[in-house]
Amino acid sequence: MRFPLPALALSGVAALALPLLTACGDDGDKDAKAAAGGPTAVTAGDARCEVARKDFAAGVTEFKVRNTGSRVTELYVYAPGDKIVGERENIGPGTSATLAVQLSAGKYQLACKPGMVGNGIRQDITVTGVATKGADPRIEKALTDYHAYVIGQTDATIAATQKFVAAFKAGDVAKAKALYAPSRVGWESIEPVAESFGDLDPRTDAREADLKPGEKWTGWHRLEKALWKTGSTKGEEAYADQLLKDLAELKTKVNAVRLDPPITQTSMANGAKELLDEVATGKITGEEETFSHTDLVDFQANLDGAAKVYELLRPVVQEKDATLAKDLDDNFAKVRTALQKHRQGDGYVSYDKVGKDDRKALSDAVNALAEPLSKLAGVVSK
Amino acid sequence: MTGAGPDKAGRSGLSRRRMLGFSGAGLLAGAAAGAGLERAAAAALDERDAADVPIPFYGAHQAGIATPVQDRLHFAAFDLTTADRARVVRMLKDWTAAAAAMTQGRPVGAGAVGGPDVAPPDDTGEALGLPPSRLTLTIGFGPSLFDRLGLKDKRPPALVDLPHFPGDALDPARSGGDIAVQACADDPQVAVHAIRNLARIAFGTAAVRWSQLGFGKTSSTTPDAQTPRNLFGFKDGTRNIPGTDTAALDQHVWAAAKDGAPWMAGGSYLVARRIRMHIETWDRTSLAEQQDIIGRDKREGAPAGSRAEHDAVRLAALKPTAHVRLAHPDANKGARILRRGYSFTDGTDGLGRLDAGLFFLAYQRDPRTGFIPVQNNLATDAMNEYIQHVASGVYACPPAPRPGGHWGDTLLT
Repeated sequence: MRFPLPALALSGVAALALPLLTACGDDGDKDAKAAAGGPTAVTAGDARCEVARKDFAAGVTEFKVRNTGSRVTELYVYAPGDKIVGERENIGPGTSATLAVQLSAGKYQLACKPGMVGNGIRQDITVTGVATKGADPRIEKALTDYHAYVIGQTDATIAATQKFVAAFKAGDVAKAKALYAPSRVGWESIEPVAESFGDLDPRTDAREADLKPGEKWTGWHRLEKALWKTGSTKGEEAYADQLLKDLAELKTKVNAVRLDPPITQTSMANGAKELLDEVATGKITGEEETFSHTDLVDFQANLDGAAKVYELLRPVVQEKDATLAKDLDDNFAKVRTALQKHRQGDGYVSYDKVGKDDRKALSDAVNALAEPLSKLAGVVSK
Repeated sequence: MTGAGPDKAGRSGLSRRRMLGFSGAGLLAGAAAGAGLERAAAAALDERDAADVPIPFYGAHQAGIATPVQDRLHFAAFDLTTADRARVVRMLKDWTAAAAAMTQGRPVGAGAVGGPDVAPPDDTGEALGLPPSRLTLTIGFGPSLFDRLGLKDKRPPALVDLPHFPGDALDPARSGGDIAVQACADDPQVAVHAIRNLARIAFGTAAVRWSQLGFGKTSSTTPDAQTPRNLFGFKDGTRNIPGTDTAALDQHVWAAAKDGAPWMAGGSYLVARRIRMHIETWDRTSLAEQQDIIGRDKREGAPAGSRAEHDAVRLAALKPTAHVRLAHPDANKGARILRRGYSFTDGTDGLGRLDAGLFFLAYQRDPRTGFIPVQNNLATDAMNEYIQHVASGVYACPPAPRPGGHWGDTLLT
């Protein structure tokens, strides 16, 4: 992650900038960070924007911004012509945030935006030299392709949810039940990315048991309860509309040229592991779909999302750790086989019909895959 | 953990034992017993100090059998999730490296900290800063492993499926397993850390089938030390085979090449039984009846008709249904087994009673002449009213690997 991605040229942003760059510098690029002298402190007040240094070496630079003002602020890094190289939004009063950007030699501006409006308070910074190593083009391609996958799955989940919501609002309980699980597939396959966007995940996917006292319950599982437990959609229509609105927000976020927080090979690989964590703690136990018992549909979507990440990163894994690649190949296949056993029609059997021994077999297969998958981030970040 | 904790515990243990000793019946007997206890207490203190001295992993026999019995247990049985022998060998190699490190007080692989930030650490970390705590790890192969890996011709004749014994109420989910690992240590955290890390390494090759924690040893292989008590409150394992009695070990515990499975030479056969104790009803039983049932007195552990624990057992002096009488070698054609069991309590049974008992572990040269005839002889044991065998396993424990080799390499390479 040291040089611009091909996606950048397409997106028409300055060739120096790097989209999809980690916000916390966890891409293993220690050399570049060391060259830049570690995180650079930025103090953002209501009327000031102070940066601890103004000269940087080419490579990854990490800023640690602290909001000392009274208003919510933002931090931007601009290339000439106000091309956004990196941004961090929603930094509350008294809080800190980090922003990592990949910079090649040139002049840039740092901007603090108290109140998140206007041109902000600007500081000039200068970058000199050449970054030490080139990025792996296979990783760049994986990141570009994964971003496209995330957009595709978001569109798919919205299209399916529109049908589900239509049936729900029409009061057609049977039809809405049939469309419920398919509406979640796209979401479940990219859940770690969706989860990275603030409270979007709790708004759309919270379970009743997750709520704090007094907290409002919205999203899919509220509709699930209406369909399976109450057996009526009456009075719940507004929540169906809200779900579509929240998913439209997801679409806006994933369609951004640079996701915030960005996708990196580390976050991508960790996302695959998190999808298996979701399966291990939510689906194997049957806690995700308490009322509908459609857990195995989610399971499949989580698995597909993880498999996509691995498929895109596989050439790199194969080269750096062939044993890990073989383990992952074998164990993805084994989980699929274990899951296949419970196929029924277009979907899966109701999870409450899956016995203890079968659940153990699924759990063993998931553990066997999740353990090597937890090594993926370390290998692709080398 | 610093030395202060165990040391303090050791001293308070000493004073408690002293008081017990001098409260003994009769001044003379009390003094004699007191001297014995003094020695036992000193040995116990030595054991505490020994926490920093690791038990060697390599040798002729696996550690954890004849070596001194530690205070705590975590026992786990695994089922293979693959029939690929190469994969199983790879796991056994990884396990051996991890076991060799952990038993010597070192972390697994590259350790728990200091590795790359973006990768999970090799070691889980909860044993950082703890002494080796005399950790031993002992592996055994269940009968099902030989079926699973197509090794039926290598299955030792002594590794028989245990027959049904009168009173058995076995839970298959807590019985058997392709591979068993016994982790014993003086610190429970060290034992649990060992099993947890092996289970982690096993993912994709083997999965935990069941596991059992034991909080207190009920037998020792060091007769000079104080004999531990089981949850019935009685001393247990008084006449156990001492770890230093090489002749008895060779005769009763270690398998020989000529026994029918050359790969098991220097190994041993383990029988594990989860024995639920109905401690609530036991506790309502009079002292006299308790002593009659066991065949020893509760204070000293002396056999009925004798005064001291280590006095010879005169079988005729015990009730015909006394446990010690029925289990005695003289009542079983000289059969002896090395016991290494642990007390457990796994919460409650939902009926207001403790789910407690003895996790019985016994090593022997051949279960057909060891545990099986002895257990059959216990069919009329008066103790049966207070116990129930609820889980069972039998495993062939190979000899220890040589440095550079791996667990089970005499069977699988």
